[in-house]
Amino acid sequence: MINNLKAFFRNGTPFIWLSGAFLSIALMMILGLVLFIAKEGLQTFWPAPIAQFQLMDGSKVSGIITKYDPATAQDTAKYQLRIGNRDLNGLDFKWVEESSILSIVYPKDIVLAEREEYGYFIGRFDFLLTRELQTSLVNNRIPESVLKESQELKDQILKIQKTEIGNINQKVEQNRLALKTSLNEETRDRIVKENLSLEEEYKSLANQLVALEATINESSLQARVDDGRIITLKTKSIVRYFEPNNLTFFDKSKIFLSRINEFILGQPRESNTEGGVFPAIFGTVLMVLIMSIMVVPLGVIAAIYLKEYAGNNLLTRSIRIAVNNLAGVPSIVFGVFGLGFFIYGVGGFIDQSLFKEALPAPTYGTGGILWASLTLALLTIPVVIVATEESIAAIPRSQREASLALGSTKWQTITNIVLPGSAPGILTGFILAMARGAGEVAPLMITGVVKLAPSLPIDSTWPFFHLDRKFMHLGFHIFDVGFQSPNSEAAKPMVFMTALLLVLIVVTLNLAALVLRKRLRKNLGGSTF
Amino acid sequence: MRPTQILSTPESVEITNTEVISINNFDFFYSQVQALFSINLSVYEHSVMALIGPSGCGKSTLLRSINRMNDLVDGARVQGKLTVNGNDIYSKGCDVISLRRDIGMVFQKSNPFPKSIYENTCYGLRIAGISDKKFIEQSVEQSLRDAGLWDEVKDRIHENAMGLSGGQQQRLCIARALCVKPKILLMDEPCSALDPIATTKIEELIYNLKKTYTIIIVTHNMQQAARVSDFTSFFWLGKLIEVDKTEKIFTNPSIKITEDYISGRFG
Repeated sequence: MINNLKAFFRNGTPFIWLSGAFLSIALMMILGLVLFIAKEGLQTFWPAPIAQFQLMDGSKVSGIITKYDPATAQDTAKYQLRIGNRDLNGLDFKWVEESSILSIVYPKDIVLAEREEYGYFIGRFDFLLTRELQTSLVNNRIPESVLKESQELKDQILKIQKTEIGNINQKVEQNRLALKTSLNEETRDRIVKENLSLEEEYKSLANQLVALEATINESSLQARVDDGRIITLKTKSIVRYFEPNNLTFFDKSKIFLSRINEFILGQPRESNTEGGVFPAIFGTVLMVLIMSIMVVPLGVIAAIYLKEYAGNNLLTRSIRIAVNNLAGVPSIVFGVFGLGFFIYGVGGFIDQSLFKEALPAPTYGTGGILWASLTLALLTIPVVIVATEESIAAIPRSQREASLALGSTKWQTITNIVLPGSAPGILTGFILAMARGAGEVAPLMITGVVKLAPSLPIDSTWPFFHLDRKFMHLGFHIFDVGFQSPNSEAAKPMVFMTALLLVLIVVTLNLAALVLRKRLRKNLGGSTF
Repeated sequence: MRPTQILSTPESVEITNTEVISINNFDFFYSQVQALFSINLSVYEHSVMALIGPSGCGKSTLLRSINRMNDLVDGARVQGKLTVNGNDIYSKGCDVISLRRDIGMVFQKSNPFPKSIYENTCYGLRIAGISDKKFIEQSVEQSLRDAGLWDEVKDRIHENAMGLSGGQQQRLCIARALCVKPKILLMDEPCSALDPIATTKIEELIYNLKKTYTIIIVTHNMQQAARVSDFTSFFWLGKLIEVDKTEKIFTNPSIKITEDYISGRFG
């Protein structure tokens, strides 16, 4: 018996079980995290039924049931309803006591419309109002042609606002700067004349805009809320409408996919709590890419010098310790450094020397995607240096000797043998750096992230890459929507979805690097790293 | 400390060829520890010199001194003179890179690069800056043929060399060394990790290579030394005890300790 027990411990059986158990706990935590976020986020995209509560006092209230609090010693049972119609109610949510409810029904003809402003409309459509006509809407159905026309007008307005007026503004700004610097009388005259014609152009475009706005505003819907109030909805503000209690599974799936599509590819609206997060996805990925382009060469070159060329003395050892410690510095400290060094220092210098005419308006002397990426590159460089040093050290001495014995220089040995051999290890460092960089928010908040960026850092206006622009970031988006928005309860699903998306993006970027590493390893044969 | 019984360039050896390597009063130190004591040795063109002796006697150190591979060791230091083709390789002006290009080396453990067989073989040419594709292809084929590996790998020459067997890998390393057309080949126990069949192949190879190269081989295998070499030198505790024609060393050594070692009484 004692011997059996001794053997049991000698084999390490309990510790194998223990380590297995700890691993499963860790895995379950990760899995639980992802599943929780996914569930909380995705379920809001699935069209929920709309309940109509008939209350004791004869009134009706409709909405999506979001929560049910059972009765406790202190409190009675309550339903939380998302009643929408924020323009009428001022709030998205309402608590209803269970005791006051006569019955709950799910009327088939109730409609939910997602709007560009004031969130959901929940009620019924009565009439379509155009300039001269008032048409009854049967079955809550708005004619396709009306929606299509409204969408076309919206596109036209957007085009005039963004592209045509944008171009004029750009030219006017160029002319303003040119006037500031140019002293030649003739050119000044020419510029002034050009400005006049631009102004004419602007005026005509503005008139066009006014006309289009008038046309688009002519079309509206008269709708009725359950409590009997009448409301007028602008046709142009309707993003999507459907009858949630009258949908087949297929219809629901279509709406689900269309909402996900809007979320990933669309622009945010309603101070980020509705619509899509495309600019934030774009900003996050671009920032990580710029960071990688900066951090990998820099880190690898630094590691090569440190490992291969620097002598093994006190100075080298202190540098190595300093680099390791750098990895532990709180990220906000890097943010402050980025603000002081990159934005005020380097950016200020660039403005002084290259964009002098634009001053006092800063070009590079303010937060932007370039500075944020550089700050993150600094933040993650220790990871790359350490990983590279370790993988360089793991290159067998025999291979260096073989290379040197064939008459190669040290540098040739490094480029031909050491670096290819340590590439998988370097990629490991790169993956760690990327994972850390993509999830970092604090340093970005002071180096260029904004709540809402008017334009992407890459677009079709010359020079296409506008690295001085401010950008949106998924991590900051979560913070902003969850904590800074006026309607954070309604934005909760947005927080979860954005978090899920951020995780997915980090995983995707990592997977790409992992695949690359696997291929490299395969080329290296038996080498393990 | 100088041993009394040193026989350098013994009278009995017929000098039929020119002297390629000449080592005079050569001392070697690893930091404070002296590993070689006053070595005097000559190696002649197109001959095979075997270095034998118990482990730690300094034969590998001497071998690695000839192409200055010991430069990589921290605290390594030499005294005396070592000339290759008349050039003092430890003089200040010596170009180590071109020296190593002239002296091929095969290591104890096969160490192919994690690249294709083709890229392994032509590595020396590539780093020498040769880019003539046709010339490289010819050289690769020729060196693989010389190393007796061509027929086994000609169909998978662009596959990773790590997939070869141990003996094939070692022959690939030899082909790699031959590809840059060195004049001297240093072999540091090239067969110690190989099975008897692979060993035989490499020994045959050495026999054939002798026509074009000067070879110095370190070995622990007495039979191998006797089979492949023309001259044999016996090292003991960092000293060169005896050097002579191989048949003389193995049949009638002049010094007692050599005979004891060869007959297996110690070491």
